[in-house]
Amino acid sequence: MSNLLVEEKQIVYPGQVIANGMDFLPSANVLRDKDELVATKIGMISLNGRFVKIIPLTGPYVPRDGDIVIGRVTAMGPFGWRVNIGLPSEAVIPLKDGSSDYLQRDADLSKYYNFGDHVVAQVTKVYNGKLFDLTMKGPGLRKLAPGRLMTIGAAKVPRVIGKKGSMISMIKDHTNCKVSVGQNGIVWISGDEPAMEIRAVEAIRLIEKESHTSGLTDRVKEFLEKKK
Amino acid sequence: MSYTKRTDGRKFDELRPMEAKVGVVKNAKGSAMFKIGKTIAIAAVYGPRDLYPAHLQDPTRAIIRCNYNMMAFSGSGDRVRPGPSRRSKEISMITEKSLTPMVDLKAFPGGVVDVFVELVQTDAGTRCAGITAAALALADAGIPMLDMVSAVAVGRIGDKVVLDVDKEEEDYPDGMADIPLAIANRTGKITLLQADGEFTKEDLKKGIELGKKGCAKILEVQLKALKEKYEGAKK
Repeated sequence: MSNLLVEEKQIVYPGQVIANGMDFLPSANVLRDKDELVATKIGMISLNGRFVKIIPLTGPYVPRDGDIVIGRVTAMGPFGWRVNIGLPSEAVIPLKDGSSDYLQRDADLSKYYNFGDHVVAQVTKVYNGKLFDLTMKGPGLRKLAPGRLMTIGAAKVPRVIGKKGSMISMIKDHTNCKVSVGQNGIVWISGDEPAMEIRAVEAIRLIEKESHTSGLTDRVKEFLEKKK
Repeated sequence: MSYTKRTDGRKFDELRPMEAKVGVVKNAKGSAMFKIGKTIAIAAVYGPRDLYPAHLQDPTRAIIRCNYNMMAFSGSGDRVRPGPSRRSKEISMITEKSLTPMVDLKAFPGGVVDVFVELVQTDAGTRCAGITAAALALADAGIPMLDMVSAVAVGRIGDKVVLDVDKEEEDYPDGMADIPLAIANRTGKITLLQADGEFTKEDLKKGIELGKKGCAKILEVQLKALKEKYEGAKK
């Protein structure tokens, strides 16, 4: 006999038993131990048929295929460009994925992306958690212009973007800034006025601080309008 | 000699008053404070991040690296000499070993998760308070965990087996044994068992049972602290 011990959207803690029996299946951040499903992270329960997953409220970034990330170029060589995206292991943009130009053997790679440049790239392949490839070929993937960089928790990124990008476009509209958010928690902000950039940073910090509360969109809107 | 009444008036199976708070160190990925009686431990977690020198790296998973430190004037006795000592290195190691089996770091090969445990005020049971705080901090940092770890020291004083030994009892003149235990609460697995002093097989069995009951109570305090941070703002 299987029974679920939690409700949708309930917050669970590591080691908490979520369900008994074999009728439910573990998905992200859930583990099966004999006939028990156990939570491995602090997060919110999300049920999808028989699958039980946890949307984490906190935690490090784990790269997955297709993620858009922001990183800093730290090395270049015959392999391509190596990019630090805030993980113990570094990501690589292979030569063929860095540019559509034909590259000579002794081509100057720094013309494309130089040391210290920040790039928006997409994860194409994660090998074993240690090695992963990025690509620069895709819509919106580019070298970033000068701007402000800030780091937020990777688990807060969905809240900063909002449903169908509602939160981020609200920030963009109110501050007239360009904003890019990487799944790895790095945010790039660039605007005409420094004061507006700072307002965007403050709004994102507010979202990060209150990410687990409801009615956040209204409060952020209030914050952005009040300061105008 | 028979030990009839505990020095601070507790029952033999009673813990000291406890308090826990999560998110006390702003710059850390996760942090926690755990207080039991007069012992206060603060734990901070950083990482997963790069591990150097490279020969320490494990290519299949990230490792946990702990640092236990007692602050200079934290104890009731003499000033503790700052920096690593034989004792603090041992406790760092056992903290590491009591937490490692209960975390799942396969997603971060070659990395390290740093756990710093600082004892601000001590009155015995520091390694246990440190492990309890470190487990909380790891959960707060979002490190995947198989189970929540709680730790408590049991002891034999005179002819009694007691829970949560304090400093006065540790210095009991007529012989005592001190057994720190760390327990993974869901499965009841023991991740730390040390022993100092003389005791019988029966004392140990009784002590472990007592320790499990004590850890269940500590877990309640740990979960309450996590709930305060992650659900508190909802109300």
